[in-house]
Amino acid sequence: MELFNHLIFGFSVALSLQNLLYCLIGVLVGTLIGVLPGIGPMATIAMLLPLTFNVPAVPAMIMLAGIYYGAMYGGSTTSILVNLPGETAAVVTCIDGYQMARQGRAGAALAIAAIGSFFAGTVCTLLIALFGPPLAEFALKFSSAEYFSLMLMGLVAAAVLAHGDMAKSLAMVVVGLLLGIVGADVNSGVKRFSFGFYELADGIGVVTIAVGVFAVGEIISNLSDPEERRVFTSKVTNLFPTKEDLKRSFGPIVRGTGVGAFFGVLPGTTPAIASFSSYMVEKKLAKEPSRFGHGAIEGVAGPESANNADAQCKFIPMLTLGIPASGTMALMLGALMIYGIAPGPQVMTEKPDLFWGLIASMWIGNVMLVVLNLPLIGMWVSLLKVPYRLLFPAIMVFSAIGIYSVNNSSFDIYLMAIFGILGIVWRMLDCSPVPMMLGFVLGPMVEENLRRALQVSRGDLSVFVTRPISLGFIVATVLILIVMAAPTVRKRWGAAAAG
Amino acid sequence: MKIELRNNKDFWAGIMLIGIGAASIFFARGYPFGTTIRMGPGYFPSMLGGILVLFGIYVVVMGLRRGEKIQSHCSLRALIVLPLSVVAFGVLMNHAGFIPALAVLVFGSASAGREFKFVEVLLLTVILTGLSVAVFISGLGLPYPLIKGF
Repeated sequence: MELFNHLIFGFSVALSLQNLLYCLIGVLVGTLIGVLPGIGPMATIAMLLPLTFNVPAVPAMIMLAGIYYGAMYGGSTTSILVNLPGETAAVVTCIDGYQMARQGRAGAALAIAAIGSFFAGTVCTLLIALFGPPLAEFALKFSSAEYFSLMLMGLVAAAVLAHGDMAKSLAMVVVGLLLGIVGADVNSGVKRFSFGFYELADGIGVVTIAVGVFAVGEIISNLSDPEERRVFTSKVTNLFPTKEDLKRSFGPIVRGTGVGAFFGVLPGTTPAIASFSSYMVEKKLAKEPSRFGHGAIEGVAGPESANNADAQCKFIPMLTLGIPASGTMALMLGALMIYGIAPGPQVMTEKPDLFWGLIASMWIGNVMLVVLNLPLIGMWVSLLKVPYRLLFPAIMVFSAIGIYSVNNSSFDIYLMAIFGILGIVWRMLDCSPVPMMLGFVLGPMVEENLRRALQVSRGDLSVFVTRPISLGFIVATVLILIVMAAPTVRKRWGAAAAG
Repeated sequence: MKIELRNNKDFWAGIMLIGIGAASIFFARGYPFGTTIRMGPGYFPSMLGGILVLFGIYVVVMGLRRGEKIQSHCSLRALIVLPLSVVAFGVLMNHAGFIPALAVLVFGSASAGREFKFVEVLLLTVILTGLSVAVFISGLGLPYPLIKGF
């Protein structure tokens, strides 16, 4: 019954007028950027983060979360209607969703995508409520040795499971860790890598890096590719799926939710991997696999549920352990720190309104998305007609004002320009900036826990393998490395991750 | 056999990693190193720098063996103009005020794109600047002077 008390408390927080309003803003902005290709949730959250600094932590986090899962909904809309995935996770939905639209069944596809996402969202809300408390309680017993090993596992897994070259991703984690420790060292007060700039004494802002790499870098990258946007809009006539549709979709939605939840708690997997896996599962299980690719509703129901489940379950390790499982979660973690909340298992006990309010708001946000988005589809699609050449200067304006307002300093603006250039260089060299982001956010904590663990053990490195829980994380880390380094696994995974 | 290096993706990625690693070891030498029991501020960055150099060497070797080329190309115009307009925004915020800084940022950014229609960009500059003043200065109350006197 404790579960229900927690959830009721959460809803009492989330249903306040202010929190509802921020949730609504979040899901609307999320859908908008989900619809628009060329701007992702990561850049948007980074851009809007500075503007939420004078808002209390709870509504701010509710809004940022809304942007994140709202983008998943928005991405599916454009995949189905115009064969244009607004987000990478929605690539799979294009396959059968667009075929359905061409057969005049866009309405059914959209409705099933919404129902599937909603089901997945509901299940994941329950999952977080169910598994969050025991997980956090377990983690409260961790000492610095366990924390170090846990973070090591999270970072290694995130790097090797992500799409791209394993060695380079791991190296980018290290680059991130190095960027993370810029500024005054907590123990000695020595200003590291600040090169005499007093602005660097407090370290590099998480927002500055994120906006630089993911907004400015992304824009440079988009401007380098020839514009290939073509909008063909199919009319949405009948929104209601038939009984047959619902019957066919039930299994895929349930299985997709399971697949998504599984990948969700794994660090480094993207919603794209979850939706692709779900698609493969459905195709394998189907009685007539040949229907796939020609407008099979199962091919929409499964992946759409999976990517939403993945997106929401990513909150489990972030909220209960303080481990970011994706770039967006790293940014959310950074946001928590900016609000003066130390991430980790104590968040649940020290900030119950934040934890339970956020969880309840995700369910409310999912309701809003279903209720609001279906009628607004026409508007979202018409937004696609806004050409990118008008869109990106607006993104630049938001980014620059946002970054400047953090410290009222031009120094951050110059850093943003530098990270924009680094962002495009890294992209060209296929060095994924996402592992860098995870390393950056965890950098100071990794160092602090390593330091403390070795201080307690009097410099004995075996402390990481003699404590059973820590040993478990180390073994898991090694296993992940071995399995993923195997060439056949690597190849298959690469294909899946690339969608 | 001559190996083409100019376009070798992993070769340059490795060089970059080695460079970052070496630089961090170099600068970390200025901070007390400490011991494993009591790590000084130089310990962790030196360790990371070392790991990075090792990764870098591995990536360089892979690059020489695989010889993969850089696939995505980058528009030189965007690479130069976009960061420059950002920097100009920073400078103008300090010396000229919100409106000139924004106008230069919008106009500059827009000219980084392939298509550049003067009238359209001018209109966009006026609209975006006006909107930003309304939203950020009047709405959110950010304390920036619109135009600074000379």
